[in-house]
Amino acid sequence: MSVQTIRAKKRIRTRSEAERWNRIAAYAALLVGSGIVLIPFFWLVSTSLKDTSKIFLDPPQWIPNPVRPENYVKALSIMPFPLYLLNTCKITFSCLALQVLSCSIVAFGFARMRFPGRNALFIVLLSTMMLPAQVTMIPVFKIWSSLGFYDTFVPLVLPAAFGSAFFIFLLRQYFMTIPIEMDEAARIDGASTLQVWWKVLLPQAKPALATVAIFSFMAHWNDFMGPLIYLSTPSKRTLALALWAFQGQYSTDWHLLMAASTVVMLPLLILFFAAQKYFIQGVVISGVKG
Amino acid sequence: MHCPAQKSSRLARRQAVEGLLCIAPWLVGFLCLTLGPMIFSFAISLTKWDLISAPKFVGFGNYATIFADDFRFRKSLAVTALYAAMSLPLGMIGSLAVAMLLNLNLRGMRVFRSIFYIPAILPGAAVAMLWLWILKPQGGVLNYFLGFLHISPKPWLSSPDWALPAFVIMSLWGIGGGMIIYLAGLQSVPTQLYEAAEIDGAGSWKKFWTITLPMISPTIFFNLIMGIIGSFQVFTASYIMTPGGGPGYSTLFYVLYLYQKAFKYLQMGYASALAWILFVVVLVLTLVVFRTSARWVYYEAEVKQ
Repeated sequence: MSVQTIRAKKRIRTRSEAERWNRIAAYAALLVGSGIVLIPFFWLVSTSLKDTSKIFLDPPQWIPNPVRPENYVKALSIMPFPLYLLNTCKITFSCLALQVLSCSIVAFGFARMRFPGRNALFIVLLSTMMLPAQVTMIPVFKIWSSLGFYDTFVPLVLPAAFGSAFFIFLLRQYFMTIPIEMDEAARIDGASTLQVWWKVLLPQAKPALATVAIFSFMAHWNDFMGPLIYLSTPSKRTLALALWAFQGQYSTDWHLLMAASTVVMLPLLILFFAAQKYFIQGVVISGVKG
Repeated sequence: MHCPAQKSSRLARRQAVEGLLCIAPWLVGFLCLTLGPMIFSFAISLTKWDLISAPKFVGFGNYATIFADDFRFRKSLAVTALYAAMSLPLGMIGSLAVAMLLNLNLRGMRVFRSIFYIPAILPGAAVAMLWLWILKPQGGVLNYFLGFLHISPKPWLSSPDWALPAFVIMSLWGIGGGMIIYLAGLQSVPTQLYEAAEIDGAGSWKKFWTITLPMISPTIFFNLIMGIIGSFQVFTASYIMTPGGGPGYSTLFYVLYLYQKAFKYLQMGYASALAWILFVVVLVLTLVVFRTSARWVYYEAEVKQ
């Protein structure tokens, strides 16, 4: 063999060896990183199952001993959690339904219809995505309270009927990737605009609609400032507010607070594992195409 | 009977009406809950108003007080800016790094991706509770782990020097959100570019600087803008963990201060002025990033000759 061939072979061998070491190092880094990220979760659940006497040990006790699953029962019964869960569900699911419907019809308008000022209005829509909510917070509060809707769910649910810029944008982008031929075929068959929206576009946009539904669920389930500003009767609290109130009244019962927090996080964890694809998809559509 | 021009203009008009009807939900909401309130909010900022009695016109008095005489305003701006300055670079580098590791498509990538992403979708209130517990000076897990690195335990939320860093650390737990976006951006970089570079003998570092970074610069740009807007809107965690603004107001985030002025002290005019200043600040920062982006953001479709 020539010297060059020997050198080339050696280069290839050491290159793939270097690659192997790179992969091992990457794997190690990922393991360490994800371990660090998981620690708070582990600590959350660990604390939630501990006996009161074992919470403040130093060095901390990692595996609870004794295990007290009854902490969960106690945490959920000290405050009327089922009621708060119901409140949160009412608000979240109403908003979800309203947003999917209204955002999809508005997006349909921007994607398929021609009307004067369409492009200008779309730019206005985009720019509202960057508006800090605080600029309109006070007047909107005044509007709702003058209409007598303070301490009701109305200010938290009704705005969903008007759509959300982000979801409208997402759906419009998606609609524009659906071939217009099916719209046209339906029109020839005499379909009205609404029918085209409902029967042609929506069924084809299921992935995008699922994404909107999921992100809407997330936004409203996690909302804290809205309920904080508009709700005052304890019986109307949402889960997020309930946690905050819990901490105020039961500041030393960390094991119960951790149990309650775990329960509040649970629906999102379940949703994530059930619909991972749509979470990722939604973030990607907004981030990369935007 | 009807000439084609008339028929098509009737059709066009009908389509225009239907189109406007379609976007009506958003348009109505925009006028009533966005544009109207924005104008209303500016008007309120020119008054002294406690929501109950009639507003009293004071011209630019609120703004004058804010800029000349309000220590907490300056402090809250400083706190928010400092928080952004700390959490944005760390967060962006961290999420990009993790995204690059995930982009190697090792086995189990899905699991890692989920682990990193989940903290970003959790309810803010629950996360705040958890971190209140983690940050406890005695018996808190963070100080316990710092002990392993031979770092002395910090008083975190009780200390004016460590309260804000505590929030930064908390924000780093959620880098999964940005990571997903970077991952998508990385996956859209054509592999031929890397192959061509390798043939030319480029090392990993060179490939990163000359191919990866430029190709994902739009993604970086997007994350930077969202990050700036986001750090100026931190509220839930600060309200739950340090409702008074923290020791020495060291965690008096801008929106927390605004909330206090509006809903605790019922100084609606003053709070509205604060809100408009926030709007201008965010707008200016966004525009600055937009303007400078022409220099460093590379879009596939634009090739300057």
